[in-house]
Amino acid sequence: MRSYGKGAKGSNMRILEGQGVTKYFGGLAAVSNVDFHIDQGEIVGLIGPNGAGKTTLFNLISGTFPLSSGEIRFKGQKLSGLKPHQICRTGIARTFQETKVFSNMSVLQNVMVGAFFGSLTHVSGAAAAREASQALEFVELSAMSTDPINDLTLVNQKRVEVARALTTRPELLLLDELMAGLTPTEVSEAMELVRKIRNNGITVVMVEHVMKAIMGISSRVMVLHHGEKIAEGTCNEISRNRTVIDIYLGEETHAGS
Amino acid sequence: MNIADLFATHRRSLSVGFFILLIAFVLTFPLYGGIYRTDVLFTMLTYAILAVSWAMFSGTTGYMSLAPAAFFGTGIYVTALLQDYLPFPVIMVAAGVISFALAVVLGLVTLRLKGIYFTIFSFGLVVFMGNAINYVEADVLGRHGWYFNVVNQTVLFYTIVGLTVATVLAAYFIGRSRLGLAMRSIGGNEEAAEHVGIDTTRIKILTFAISAIFMGVAGVIVAPPLSYSNAGIAFSPVYSFIAVVAAVFGGMGHLAGPVIGAFVYGFLEEMLRVEFLIYFQLGFGIIIVLVILFLPSGIVGLVPMLRDKLGEVIAKLRKGGEGEQHANT
Amino acid sequence: MAEAERFLGLTLIGIFGGGIYGLMAVGLSLQIGVCRVLNVSHGEFVMLAAVLTFVFRQLGINPLLAPVFIGPLLFGLGFLLQITLFRGLKARAPSPAAFEGNALLAAFGLMYIMGNAARIEWGTVSLPSHYLTNSVPLLGVNIQLNVIVGFAIAAVLGIAVYLFLTRSRLGKAIRATAEDPATAGLMGVNTNIIMALCFGLGALLAGVAGTLISMRTDVNTGIGFNNTVIALVIVTLGGLGSVLGSYVAGIIIGIVSMMVAFFWESVLIVPAYYAILMILLLARPSGIFGKK
Repeated sequence: MRSYGKGAKGSNMRILEGQGVTKYFGGLAAVSNVDFHIDQGEIVGLIGPNGAGKTTLFNLISGTFPLSSGEIRFKGQKLSGLKPHQICRTGIARTFQETKVFSNMSVLQNVMVGAFFGSLTHVSGAAAAREASQALEFVELSAMSTDPINDLTLVNQKRVEVARALTTRPELLLLDELMAGLTPTEVSEAMELVRKIRNNGITVVMVEHVMKAIMGISSRVMVLHHGEKIAEGTCNEISRNRTVIDIYLGEETHAGS
Repeated sequence: MNIADLFATHRRSLSVGFFILLIAFVLTFPLYGGIYRTDVLFTMLTYAILAVSWAMFSGTTGYMSLAPAAFFGTGIYVTALLQDYLPFPVIMVAAGVISFALAVVLGLVTLRLKGIYFTIFSFGLVVFMGNAINYVEADVLGRHGWYFNVVNQTVLFYTIVGLTVATVLAAYFIGRSRLGLAMRSIGGNEEAAEHVGIDTTRIKILTFAISAIFMGVAGVIVAPPLSYSNAGIAFSPVYSFIAVVAAVFGGMGHLAGPVIGAFVYGFLEEMLRVEFLIYFQLGFGIIIVLVILFLPSGIVGLVPMLRDKLGEVIAKLRKGGEGEQHANT
Repeated sequence: MAEAERFLGLTLIGIFGGGIYGLMAVGLSLQIGVCRVLNVSHGEFVMLAAVLTFVFRQLGINPLLAPVFIGPLLFGLGFLLQITLFRGLKARAPSPAAFEGNALLAAFGLMYIMGNAARIEWGTVSLPSHYLTNSVPLLGVNIQLNVIVGFAIAAVLGIAVYLFLTRSRLGKAIRATAEDPATAGLMGVNTNIIMALCFGLGALLAGVAGTLISMRTDVNTGIGFNNTVIALVIVTLGGLGSVLGSYVAGIIIGIVSMMVAFFWESVLIVPAYYAILMILLLARPSGIFGKK
């Protein structure tokens, strides 16, 4: 099986770090003074109530919008000023909360786009097709390669998004609500997929509301609320954190359901 | 094997066959068509170039450009300005280069804006250029339009055939290239494309500029037969509308779509000319609305529809025949 | 001294005329912002109202009263168009971008239909529609009454629309639909009706503007296109979704057109609009008051 990640296993290099990350929209701070770090090989969960700033943080990392203040570094390199396609090529890939697939193409073509454009090296048509097929195999969607993407269920479209992200040869993968709307069986399958991704050398950060998934595979969890980081720690620590529990009281958490 | 399958498997050769027949027809037309009809064909080819090059950018990326008239008019004006100083082929190259540059500038300014603003801008460029050049001509230069040197009409006809073929070939090869894939990705979901490593701004500007080349060169070829032109004639927004309408009407899913749409439009426009122009335009407005509503993939979309229908009919006939056979035993 | 007077006079006319343009633009802003339709036939509604105002005048109806009849007529037309044509397009479009493209083309078709139908019915001649042409002294300058009255009506309507959009429940529903139709739908807003209302309202406002324009200048069946251009420029300048922005931009455009005519040539008016537009969009891509 082809290894997608390039990171050396076992090293504890800080692959991503943020200091004082802040983003204002109008007068409102969507993300406020957040410090964070991600170590290579981790699966980090990012949780918090709706509107806490999780997706905004992802958007800041992937370059969708610029920071209002603060700094984000990827493998020591500052990301400010880089456009999303440049950030993709340095090794960060992501999926989106509202699944963003290329509605005018087949499944295989969707994934091939990532292979063609996502890495710094030039890729031939045949090589791109090969990589795309392998990625689809990895997410177990090979059977649907030639289907038009619009024929797939939303759940499978999310998998195609993951395959596409993988073909850009990332070292860091940001998954935004991969498990939203999945049945318990599907959640377990998705958890397996994420583990597989990490085992191939790719560091993962997951935004999730499905607690079973977060608690099941994350090595560490960060909690955002109103744009601020209010807690961070192992799954155990977070599940016992008073503040976090209070925040989620009254919020429907999908703990295992 | 039924007809529907036949169409499907031989689709590629049918398309190529269509184009070869079309080219053969067009190339030999002056021999038996007569001057008037050849002129009509000339116009139809002009519209085809505008439609195909428009579809090259707007059909794939989804950014609706109303700028064709700006580049087309530029070509006409480059001819007017340079016709006494440079040979015709050089003028064509010059117009292509100038249109490309103009498109790059316009693209840099507007392609980072939302789609709607790009459309408004591209439209505005046409109106702006027409008015500004009109002013410079009338008030600064004291001119009222330009007269064109005569160029052999047969030469012009075959030149425009050549340009049409070049435009279609360019559209074909770009479509199959990495650039084409990048453009379609932008059309599919621009944000996703950006995050998968595609420099969307650069791709959009590049494609937009390439399509402008063909529009500009077309303007050069069209100029001499006009005999006379001024800013209002050269930069008439109608050319943008025709490009859009022809491409959508013909169907943008297939390379032949804009060509067919342009031919039909040009043909109808000529047939219903003069006294009936207002009725023609009214009728065309109605046709456009109906096509957009009920035939979103244009005329070309009719082909698979008809093919499927034909397949259904044949299947039914076969079943009926078998039924009779069974009934008789 | 006469020059200064003329300058002041032109500025005032620019402001007053610009207010009417602002009214016209607000209508378009609603259609683009709420219904997501780049309605290039907007100017034809203006033209229709202007021509009908003249026609009604021949039947003895005072132009100031004409909107009472023309308004609901155009509202109904706009309402119907949204609820049949544009909603039909939205249902069949594979993506929002495809819908916007198709809607634009359908609006083209409408432009051709309305413009040419009007030409068939009324020809292309200039109709002597001006009204209230007696001049009134204002700040030491003589201004035609039609411009002042036009501005007053446009201003009142503008305030009414603003209050409607910001204070009423229906207005909130409209703004929610403009912001995010899917969420608005989930919150119980009937987005189909809201969009139809907005398209109709946009047509109605265009109609009133048409009547006011017909009072200050002779009109003909060909004025639709130019007014569409003006409305588009103002909407872009003033920012989609801002009533105040449309009026301010309208007034700016009004003043600019007068100034350009005064210092240079009338033919440079349109290029001047675009120059301003381009510079502004470079600096602030969302217009003067627009939201991102």
